[in-house]
Amino acid sequence: MANILERGAPAPDFTLPVTPDQKLSLGELRGQPVILAFYPADWSPVCGDQMALYNEVLPEFQRHGARILGISVDGAWCHAAFASDRHLHFPLLADFEPKGAVAKKYGAYREGDGYSERALFVIDTKGIISWSYCSPVAVNPGADGILEALEELAPRGQASRR
Amino acid sequence: MATLKVPVTPEDHIQGDPDAELTLLEYGDYECPHCGRAYGIVKQVQKHFGRRLRFAFRNFPLAQIHAHAQTAAETAEFAGAHGRFWEMHDLIFENQGRLALPLLVALTEELGLDAQGLRDALTAGEFEPRVRRDFLSGVRSGVNGTPTFFVGERRHDGPWELENLVTALEARRALA
Repeated sequence: MANILERGAPAPDFTLPVTPDQKLSLGELRGQPVILAFYPADWSPVCGDQMALYNEVLPEFQRHGARILGISVDGAWCHAAFASDRHLHFPLLADFEPKGAVAKKYGAYREGDGYSERALFVIDTKGIISWSYCSPVAVNPGADGILEALEELAPRGQASRR
Repeated sequence: MATLKVPVTPEDHIQGDPDAELTLLEYGDYECPHCGRAYGIVKQVQKHFGRRLRFAFRNFPLAQIHAHAQTAAETAEFAGAHGRFWEMHDLIFENQGRLALPLLVALTEELGLDAQGLRDALTAGEFEPRVRRDFLSGVRSGVNGTPTFFVGERRHDGPWELENLVTALEARRALA
């Protein structure tokens, strides 16, 4: 498994296509927690799909004021079709050209395979990585670690409201 | 290794002896075809262990990809409020191919329950909090898709064919 960036490291900035004609920079989201979810590819089997799970957990992420971004090496058109098919309500970024460049910056690229790890990063409001986790590529890492990391970020008493 | 953060309690839907030595818990989605297949496997696991096993089911509807999963979960909870959870649970899985509101209404009537009561409960979202509570307990415990099984407190990773679940439960028993 790759050596991914760890807690305390500044999150490398990037600008990637979020739709075929729009780009998103990580820096634009400064001031709110960001969840970066690298995953190998769109169109993995339906019911165990990582992005489908995050889609369902989205209200919990939002309760913490956090934004989630999915990232894979798939192109923007592929992402658009995938997001539409799965009714995803959060952006998927295309780490497509140069291929895997952002995954490489985060230490989350699988050279031999040509796609990224299932690597998760929670970035704090100042742009510092506060938690990261790399799952075996065949195992969907779930959302429990992300939620715990977001809770740790939140000042006491905040975001625990139900 | 993911572990169960919210233990099985009498609040859960439990089949079998509540004090049984072994616990199998499933987080499932009524519209998920894999859960449909797991339904039959769980029955075999229950047969294998008999009184030594209790089986609990919690809702984990992936509502954005399964249009009827949430409604089905709330329907099972509606039946549960009338003491008929497991009958509805089984009927839904046995008729999974036709899952839609008319089927859920028909199954409710088949169990002799009030179909209008079901419609009212669905409209009011009466059982939505219960389903959401199940879902969030699963998220907290590392449920990453459906079905996800827990053998005791440990998430069961990998295949869940009859022999895999039996082996995992036996191993758990050896530890106890």
